[in-house]
Amino acid sequence: MIVGVIMKQTFDTEEKIVIHQGMISEEGVKFVINPYDEYAVEEAIRIKENTGCSVVVVSVGPPRSSEALRTALAMGADEAVLITDDRIPQDEYAVSIVLAAYFASHACDLILGGNFAVDTGSGQVAIRLAELLKLPHVASVTKLELQTGGRAKAERDAEGDLELLEIELPALFTAQQGLNEPRYPSLPGIMKAKKKPFRQLSLDDLGIAPVALQARTTQAELSLPPVRQAGQILQGDLQQQAAKLVELLRTTQRSGGPTL
Amino acid sequence: MSRTFLIIAEHRDGKLRQVTAEALQAALLASGDGDRISAVLLGSGTEPLAEELSSFPLSEIHVVDDPGLSAYNPEAYTAVLGELIEAVRPDAVFMGHTAMGRDIAPALAAKLQAGQLSDVIAIERNDGDGTVLFTRPIYAGKALEKKTFVQFPWVVTVRPNNFPAAPSLEGHRAPVVKAGIAAPSQLRTIVKDVVRKTSGKVDLTEAKVIVSGGRGVKNADGFKPLEELAALLVGAVGASRGACDAGYCDYALQIGQTGKVVTPELYIACGISGAIQHLAGMSGSRVIVAINKDPEAPIFKVADYGIVGDLFEVVPLLTQEFRKVLG
Repeated sequence: MIVGVIMKQTFDTEEKIVIHQGMISEEGVKFVINPYDEYAVEEAIRIKENTGCSVVVVSVGPPRSSEALRTALAMGADEAVLITDDRIPQDEYAVSIVLAAYFASHACDLILGGNFAVDTGSGQVAIRLAELLKLPHVASVTKLELQTGGRAKAERDAEGDLELLEIELPALFTAQQGLNEPRYPSLPGIMKAKKKPFRQLSLDDLGIAPVALQARTTQAELSLPPVRQAGQILQGDLQQQAAKLVELLRTTQRSGGPTL
Repeated sequence: MSRTFLIIAEHRDGKLRQVTAEALQAALLASGDGDRISAVLLGSGTEPLAEELSSFPLSEIHVVDDPGLSAYNPEAYTAVLGELIEAVRPDAVFMGHTAMGRDIAPALAAKLQAGQLSDVIAIERNDGDGTVLFTRPIYAGKALEKKTFVQFPWVVTVRPNNFPAAPSLEGHRAPVVKAGIAAPSQLRTIVKDVVRKTSGKVDLTEAKVIVSGGRGVKNADGFKPLEELAALLVGAVGASRGACDAGYCDYALQIGQTGKVVTPELYIACGISGAIQHLAGMSGSRVIVAINKDPEAPIFKVADYGIVGDLFEVVPLLTQEFRKVLG
């Protein structure tokens, strides 16, 4: 059995965002495996530990993404593939086509990905990929259990409700927080990772004509949200403060504040 | 050129979700003169919902009523909607960025070979040349981007609580059309059970008021006073990652960069210090109240009103004061 993991390298969630010359500055920024993709990697490695399958991690992105793939190898994945090419636009339509081309010739029994990427927050690529590969998908899973007979049981978080599903493999799953606790790469893991297969592919290697990847959307503007100003720290004893707060909220309500 | 917009209606507990009317409003903002806006309604026993929907400014309502659609099944819903968009060939699909929208919209976009803009919070249309700018938060709201589509068709999901609900029109009756599509009989995905943990509660992403707890709540029971206040204000309870990691509550409640991004009218942060990841998830709230023992907590830097004190003293006092004025 082969388990594929699609992953993206993103900004560390503790990073501040700086816009420089109309772009988000990457200077001095720490990059990590997208936190949701990290759950996907961990889940794949756990499946490997239980079943002896092999795990291949695949990323579409700039050359720096190789660090994230190396981390996944150090965690226990067997093989990494970086699809990097300046002709791939930053558009979910295009990225999903690239991934579909890869998986069409490297079929997996199971594909795992993250619920969404914490940078663009669009949550499209994994589900688009499932659709392109004609695979059923279960998104936002908090539990995944492989059954005999090529089936899996999944629990999915849907706005706080819990949905229990059974699905026939091959299928695609996206990982939600709570699925597992990702491990840290061990030192022996890091040493071993250096010897694991790491392939770098271009559009030509995948036989994709750049014209097939024309972006469907384009960014027109980028800005920082208005800075919130610190407000008022209330004074007096707590009882007075509570009364004052309720009064203040009711006054702002009349000038467009919260509806209470 | 006249375009066809399609709204995918969502409902819950036998009622249309407000996000359906918000998605319609978003489509109204993005459309121009002569464009048609229709809706599609999926489910089982949908007649009263179709009735409710028909008073909205819609050209028609496509209905697929099938017992096979009574519970949400990603495979069945995607198949039916796929068939419907095959028939309707919409130029744009609009729906909520909800559990269902996040699940279905990308599949439809892939089928349509379309671009998708997810989690849209504002729309500006230039009536002169018809270009439409969609604003969406990135990095969980640490930055905002405006995007446009390069070509039709479009797929758009809108963040709940950010567009006003489209008004229903008095005397308007949009025709209800049976779509002539059935739920697929052969499915690779079976929904075994749905555990309604939020039944009867206000959904976090749609809540107008959120009372949120951090590590300061100390344990699972510590959420009780927060729940009481939230119930009084018809709001929802949220949490910081710290509270979830400590096992005080379910990750489904988590607000932040990993977790939910919320934009309620009122956000009351109790015992939350205000890590940058948490601020990313809630700083779009209209009014922020912070309650924390530590006067140096970063949460006070973004709060409109702050109370320095123990949440276990302050929250019950607040509940008491609200009860006085709300009756």
